[in-house]
Amino acid sequence: MNTLLMAIIVVVGVPALVVAYIVGTEYVLRLVPETTRPRIRPWLWVAPAFLFLITFLIYPTIRTFIVSLMNARGDEFVGLDNYLGLFSSGAFWQTLLNNALWIVFFTGFVVIFGIVIAVLTDRVRYETVVKAVIFIPMAISFVAAGVIWGFMYNFDPNIGTVNALITAVGGEPLPLLLEWPRNTFLLIVVGIWMWTGFAMVILSAGLKGISTELLEAARMDGANEFQVFFRIILPLLAPTIAVVATTIVITALKTFDIVYVMTGGRFGTEVIGTLFYRQLFTIDNDGAAAAVAIILLLAIVPVMLFNIRRFQAQEAIR
Amino acid sequence: MTAVNGAQPGYRERTGVAAAIGSLVERWPIHLTLVVIGLLWLLPSVALLTSSFRPANEVLTTGWWNAFSLPFEFTLQNYQDVLSRNNIGQSFINSLFVSIPATLIPIMVAAFAAYAFAWMDFPGRNALFTLVVGLLVIPLQSALVPVLQLLTDLRITGSFLAIWLAHTGFGLPFGIFLLRNFIGALPREMFESAFIDGASPVTAFFRLVLPLSVPAIASFAIFQFMWVWNDLLVALIILGGTPDVAPLPVQIASLVQSLGQGWHLLTAAAFVSMALPLVVFFGLQRYFVRGILGGSIKG
Repeated sequence: MNTLLMAIIVVVGVPALVVAYIVGTEYVLRLVPETTRPRIRPWLWVAPAFLFLITFLIYPTIRTFIVSLMNARGDEFVGLDNYLGLFSSGAFWQTLLNNALWIVFFTGFVVIFGIVIAVLTDRVRYETVVKAVIFIPMAISFVAAGVIWGFMYNFDPNIGTVNALITAVGGEPLPLLLEWPRNTFLLIVVGIWMWTGFAMVILSAGLKGISTELLEAARMDGANEFQVFFRIILPLLAPTIAVVATTIVITALKTFDIVYVMTGGRFGTEVIGTLFYRQLFTIDNDGAAAAVAIILLLAIVPVMLFNIRRFQAQEAIR
Repeated sequence: MTAVNGAQPGYRERTGVAAAIGSLVERWPIHLTLVVIGLLWLLPSVALLTSSFRPANEVLTTGWWNAFSLPFEFTLQNYQDVLSRNNIGQSFINSLFVSIPATLIPIMVAAFAAYAFAWMDFPGRNALFTLVVGLLVIPLQSALVPVLQLLTDLRITGSFLAIWLAHTGFGLPFGIFLLRNFIGALPREMFESAFIDGASPVTAFFRLVLPLSVPAIASFAIFQFMWVWNDLLVALIILGGTPDVAPLPVQIASLVQSLGQGWHLLTAAAFVSMALPLVVFFGLQRYFVRGILGGSIKG
């Protein structure tokens, strides 16, 4: 089909279809008595959304759980064998260890850098410029970031910036991505580079919400800048820090792209995300892949419950 | 909400040149830290951008920093090569085909649901919305295989339709959450007077809610667009790697594997993929920031 024609059909036609649905429901509602309409209407409005949510998230997740109890081809029930198989392999513990390193160091540095940059930029006039620079990597795809950092980490000191710096100070070039745990830490650096902008923006918004009078009052009473930061800013920022930290922990658990693009999960850098992909497509073991996905989901459930509790608390004060 | 572009100096500024110099000297650690961090963050992107404009033999034999010493040698050859020979041009168009409907559909679907959640009464409303909040964090991995199976049964894997539907499903929880918080904050009196004047909910939605929700819709649109544009996993699994449908991340990922050390081409290809999101981001950054905040903070 002609590309331009298809583009027009898609961009105009698809939204028109969705709009036609909602307008159509109102005509259908005219068939029922006026008093029953408000009882039916909400369901018609949320129906498309729930059709998508059920088809693409809820049903598939339940289905994945069932598949995780089946064999590689998905035609025989094997109970918890997939899980036991994973936990009895040393490679899987290595994978979990890597995810733990991601959670600790990725989350830690992103939050710390986010706070430091948010607090410092608040005090200078070129705030906008610094924030834009830190935020740029958020707009870049993981794949492009993988290319950027593959270039930075290249072994050849005439190509790789990091090895150029090492040789400039008299060292020998290092195969940066070949040895564990160095490679995992260097991949985490890429993640920090990409996600600090996110933390900075949210923490900065939280910081602007703290009243300047309060800080001024503390300074008048003789508190120095460190006391102001640790005794006032940090405690008041704690709820915002919790929001950022939970989001970053989930990101750390789900990490896939950076590792897939830069090392493909080899040389000991495997994480849950890449293991899932490899089980599914390289090893072709649907049951094990599903088990990996469910383990990932279970690891996220506590964070999810925390999110829901926080949301409900927020609703309560609304 | 003051974020990326709403600078408000926390300090009361003193007037006069002497005071300005005094404050500069006194606060040099702050400036130094920020400049160093800024340069560190910029360095990798500058390395990429510089290399993409250098001749191939230069990129492979000398470091990118040599580009800034005489003689200056810059070229557009790498861009011509990747756009014509490595399917990057086609992938750019594919990415647009994937991203635009995959942004438009969830906006509409999420806005309908958000309006119902915010302003209509029905049993189980809060429970269902809590479910949406829970779905916000579901990892894609736990849904992907059955989704792939379903799309295979429908015989639409490898088609744009399949990836539009999938991205709509995956993006909806965030969209509903963000839009419901925004639409729920609109004034109640406005709806009451509209209904007294005989407006139907459809009229109220299209005449009042949509126009007033433009900021929230824009932020969700940008977020969803970036997400879809930059996505590798869903595209890899649902579209596969055939060049006539592969979007940019898939194409570049396969270039990384096939070209290996072809840095002059990889850097150009990576920059092509970054160009549009960067334009979108810098053009609409205040909406982008609001999208991230997503009601988590009332600013």
